[in-house]
Amino acid sequence: MSHNTAPPHRVVITGIGAVTPLGHDVETLWSNLLAGKSGIGPIEHFDGSTFPTTFCAHVRDYDHRKFVRHPEYHEHVGLNTRFALGAARQAWGAAGLDDYDTLDRDRVGLYLGSGEGSLDFTNYVATNLAGWSAENRAIDSVAWAKEARQRFDRWGEIEQEANMTLYHLAQELSVGGPAYNCLTACAASTQAIGEATEILRRGDADVMISGGAHTMIHPLGVTGFNRLTALSERNDDPTSASRPFNATRDGFVLGEGSGMVILETLGHATARGATILAEVIGYGSSADAYRITDIHPEGRGPISAMRLALEEAGVTPQDIDYISAHGTGTKENDSIETLAVKAVFGEHAKSVPVSSIKSMLGHLIAAAGAVELITCVLAIRDGKVPPTRNLHTPDPALDLDYVPNTPRDTTVDVALSNSFGFGGQNDTLIIRRYE
Amino acid sequence: MSRQVVITGLGTISGLGIGVEALWDGLTSGRSAIDRVRAFDPSGFDAQIAAEVDAEFKVNQFVPKSYRKATKVMARDIGLAVAAADQAVRDAGLITPGVDAAQERTYPGNRTGCHIGAGLIAADITELTEAMSHATDASGAFDIHKWGESGMEQLTPLWLLKYLPNMLACHVTIVHEAQGPSNTITCGEASSGLSIGESLRVIQRGAADMCFCGGAESKLNEMAFYRQQLMDRLNTSSNDTPAAAVKPYDTHAAGTAMGEGGGIVTLEALDTATARGAKAYAELVGFGASHTVYPQGNGLVPDPAGKGIAAAIRAALRDADLTPGDIDVVVPSGAAIPEWDTADVAALSTVFGDALADVPLWTSKPFVGNCGAGSGALDVAAAAMMLHKQTLPARINCDAPREGVNAATAPSASRDINHVLVFTTSLGGQNVALILKRA
Repeated sequence: MSHNTAPPHRVVITGIGAVTPLGHDVETLWSNLLAGKSGIGPIEHFDGSTFPTTFCAHVRDYDHRKFVRHPEYHEHVGLNTRFALGAARQAWGAAGLDDYDTLDRDRVGLYLGSGEGSLDFTNYVATNLAGWSAENRAIDSVAWAKEARQRFDRWGEIEQEANMTLYHLAQELSVGGPAYNCLTACAASTQAIGEATEILRRGDADVMISGGAHTMIHPLGVTGFNRLTALSERNDDPTSASRPFNATRDGFVLGEGSGMVILETLGHATARGATILAEVIGYGSSADAYRITDIHPEGRGPISAMRLALEEAGVTPQDIDYISAHGTGTKENDSIETLAVKAVFGEHAKSVPVSSIKSMLGHLIAAAGAVELITCVLAIRDGKVPPTRNLHTPDPALDLDYVPNTPRDTTVDVALSNSFGFGGQNDTLIIRRYE
Repeated sequence: MSRQVVITGLGTISGLGIGVEALWDGLTSGRSAIDRVRAFDPSGFDAQIAAEVDAEFKVNQFVPKSYRKATKVMARDIGLAVAAADQAVRDAGLITPGVDAAQERTYPGNRTGCHIGAGLIAADITELTEAMSHATDASGAFDIHKWGESGMEQLTPLWLLKYLPNMLACHVTIVHEAQGPSNTITCGEASSGLSIGESLRVIQRGAADMCFCGGAESKLNEMAFYRQQLMDRLNTSSNDTPAAAVKPYDTHAAGTAMGEGGGIVTLEALDTATARGAKAYAELVGFGASHTVYPQGNGLVPDPAGKGIAAAIRAALRDADLTPGDIDVVVPSGAAIPEWDTADVAALSTVFGDALADVPLWTSKPFVGNCGAGSGALDVAAAAMMLHKQTLPARINCDAPREGVNAATAPSASRDINHVLVFTTSLGGQNVALILKRA
């Protein structure tokens, strides 16, 4: 074995970009988060007016063509890829890579946690109904295929594959290094950044573009989550509906968007004189391995992910200045995440600010973790922690410092970000101020 | 110093049967599993053939009794992965709670990882349309207001969980209480190779001692099958001669056929595998990945020069500290789609030069079709068996090979095999290469 005998490379973040319901760039997002604004409003992608949940957090008035340099590569892309292109281009530019001509692009990889594209719902439903045999209560495949030939568009269909966002980013940025997309539900982009970090540590690339993009704001996405009773149904007051850690929380709010980071080995970043925003020092991945429908009641998966990340980072709970919670606003998640933080942090748990920006942005599903990590980078930079909005009725059982309603000025040197996926895949990242 | 990693268990499910012995028997006897589609009436489709898993297959025979209820929320793809994992862990002689809850498990749960590749899982349109038929207006058209008010209640509350791609890995982690690192990679056909590579890295860096890895997929439903038709990838001229339809590297290659299935392999650190006295099929010594940059292809057409593929192969060779001359057999993608075969051959020529004519190429597609996210795992399982049995299985459907490639039809034969290179390309441009070494 000729490789990996060298000590692992240190890995730093040199660029960040985001397209979210609270802004199509990082600084707008950040000022809106610190102002405690909500990005939540009525569902606009389709007529959801009679659904159990009628609201969500949309990215509004966004045009990816303002960001990309090769619009001709992306004529048919769906929303998630549009979000990803904007966020990745921002991060790439912010990292100073637009004009860095000596970059070895075969040493630049991608690790995304991006979602599948949205179904062409109108034609899908019409085809299925045309193929439906009412007397047999079954699909007549021949009739279905006949209708399909009239309705489905090749480009719309290919863009639904969950590797196509990856494809478009590789073409837009012309990078040929190791490339992956993972889709561990709500943990995906946190996991992507963690695994991208491991690839850099090992020296298998110099630079990794990482993060996620997703929208599940389409009829079957909302249907699926409504059937699970996972979504808030507070239709009379959408902007207060996402209320993590609140005693009256009734579910999460779907959001959409993208967050992307540029990760680099420290050696590569310093050699080209890049501005270093933070260092990624710890990553932990675990599985609950408990039940498909429930989180382990003692939070063994989240506990394990946090402990593994702390161990890799070589820091103690006392070193953590801020926790960006998964904090979805479901009864179960917020209770168990709190238990898990207490199990890992012990007495120190109550001294660490813990907040959930999902209270303002909604839940970006696969993209959530990347955007949350970006806010950790900004918390370190500005010495400010974003609030948990809508926390007016504390849950007596949840007794951590959730930074209710107003942002906090506090020095953040080390931040921890949690993401837990449906089905029990859990990921934690720890970043540190680079000095 | 990173740890050495060995393949100790193989679980496969494909048109050739359940379990690796069934796979190997089909491959060595030269039997194609491609036949007329049974899952639905394919008469209205251009391509009407595929390699399907036995109609008798039921996942509830591969889970503990206590978990049978959960099989109701497993889409076909999930069931294939769960069954393959069960086969793999038993083949490896490992004890987990999924094998026998009464015995002490071989590896602690938190040292057991799980990385399983998945595709875009298509919803069961019979179930969905049945529900939607309750939400139509007087003209029979879908009425989204009725759907929102009450129609959606026809769907089981857990409906969404049947179709999330991470559920392949999640069910496997639950059945076997694998609490270590877990991931779901969704890169088309490259998914299982990348998942196996990620498990390799996880064990090398000490984050687990044993991992389940691989992938599974079924596109044997109307919607997923029709998508493949739209991509112009399927052979449509051999509906009457399905077993001879898929001809990788043959000058008459005319498209691929879909398969369903996949594989799970158990990887273990050599130190812990040796300590428990495990047999090893092969050592996994090299892994490389890349992305093809070829925007002209729109993701549908590969770079004819195969540059991205060559980069992945070279990365795997570097990782293994080997040269092309060390490779005894190559298991390439071999889609039997002319442009894709051209890309494979161009990449191999770049890496191997004129020596390519001496290296046998062996492909699984004529036997089991393109199993999407499960493809690479079946290829890795076949490669592990080649090393274990020192046998190159039969090659079929290549009576007029392309010039310069060693891929012609031949029966199964004994052969000295020390290293096998497996590489997979995806629709969308991800490339992955793995190198297995005789154990």
